[in-house]
Amino acid sequence: GAGTYGGASSTAGATGATGTRKMDEEEERDAVFYRLEMLGYRVGQGLAERFSRDRPRFNDTLDIIKFLCKDLWIAVFRKQVDNLRTNHRGVYVLTDNTFRPLQRMSTEAGGQAVTRAQPFLWFPCGVVRGALAAMGIHATVHAESTELPSAIFQIKTIPGSTQQ
Amino acid sequence: MSSNRAARLGEEIWKTRIDKVSAELVTLTYGTIVAQLCKDFDNDYIEVNKQLDRMGYNIGLRLIEDFLAKSNTMKRCSNFRETAEMIAKVGFKIFLNITPMVTNWTNDNKQFSLVFEENPLADFVELPDDGRAQDELWFSNIFCGVLRGALEMVQMQVEAHFISDILRGNDTTEMRVSLIRYIDDELPPEDD
Repeated sequence: GAGTYGGASSTAGATGATGTRKMDEEEERDAVFYRLEMLGYRVGQGLAERFSRDRPRFNDTLDIIKFLCKDLWIAVFRKQVDNLRTNHRGVYVLTDNTFRPLQRMSTEAGGQAVTRAQPFLWFPCGVVRGALAAMGIHATVHAESTELPSAIFQIKTIPGSTQQ
Repeated sequence: MSSNRAARLGEEIWKTRIDKVSAELVTLTYGTIVAQLCKDFDNDYIEVNKQLDRMGYNIGLRLIEDFLAKSNTMKRCSNFRETAEMIAKVGFKIFLNITPMVTNWTNDNKQFSLVFEENPLADFVELPDDGRAQDELWFSNIFCGVLRGALEMVQMQVEAHFISDILRGNDTTEMRVSLIRYIDDELPPEDD
C-alpha cells in the first residue's frame, strides 16, 4: 500500500519542508511504477516469444492485437479479452471485465478500492507493451480500472515505428 | 503421516483446490526479478542471494496460512521427518507442481536435503557469464527464504541454503535444511 513509500524519503525529511517531502514521495512512487512497468516489459517480451514461436507469421497489426487479446491473454490471465475496439488509426482499447489480477481485491466500503488497485496495473501494462514490442509494434499502453475487477487497456501505436 | 499419504494429499489438493497460473509467467517473472536485482546491486551476487532470501521469507510468512487453509485435513507434524515430507510432497506440490526428493538425513534427524529434479524457476535460465555468477549466485535462493518464513510461523526455526545447482554446472540442485530449534514458548496453551 501507499504506506510503504513514506518511510523512504530520507533526504527530504531533513529539510523539514512538507512541500519537498510530498514531492519526493510522489517521485518515489513514480519510480516504483516505472520499475514495475519495466519488469512487466521484459516478461511480456519473453511471453510473446514463447507463445508465438509455432504460429504463422502475422499479416498486420490487427492480427497481432488479436493474438494478444486471445492467445496471450489466455496464457497469462486465463481468459480472453472481452471486448476489443479500434479507431482504425492506431488506437486499440481492450476491455477485460474480470481481470484476473484484480479478481480477489476488495476493501471496506469507501476504501477507494479502484484507486488502490491502480498500482497493480503497471506490471500488466508493461507485459502488454513488451509483448507488442517483441512482435514489432511500438506503442504506449495505459491501463485503468473504473470498477473492480474490470480493467481497460488503451494501446496507442507509435506511427512510423519500425515493423520487424 | 506416511510419505505415500502425503503424496496423495498433495496430488488431491493440487487437482481440486488450486488456482493455476501459467508456468511461463512465473518463470519469466522470477527471472526478471533476479535480473533486476543483479542490476540494482551491481552484480554483487552475495547481496542478491540475501535479497532473494529476504523476499522469500516475507512470502513464507504469509504463504503458510494459505498452505494450512488448503490442506485443512492435516494434523500437526509429529517430528521433523514428517515436516520434510509435508514440505516436499504437499507444499512444493500444491504451489509449484513439483516434488523435490527428501534425502541425506543426518543421524539426529535434524538435517535433510531437498533435491530438485525439476525447478520451474530455472527454466530457460542461464547465469551471467562473468566468471563469478557461477560461483556466487544461488539463483533459486527465494526457496530458502520461503521455507524459513513458513516454518517460523509454525514454531520451527530452520536454516536453509543451497549447496549445488544445475545452473552452476553441478549434477544436482540440492538444498540443505537444518532444524535449529522448536520455538515452543509461542505454542498456544492448549497444545501439548
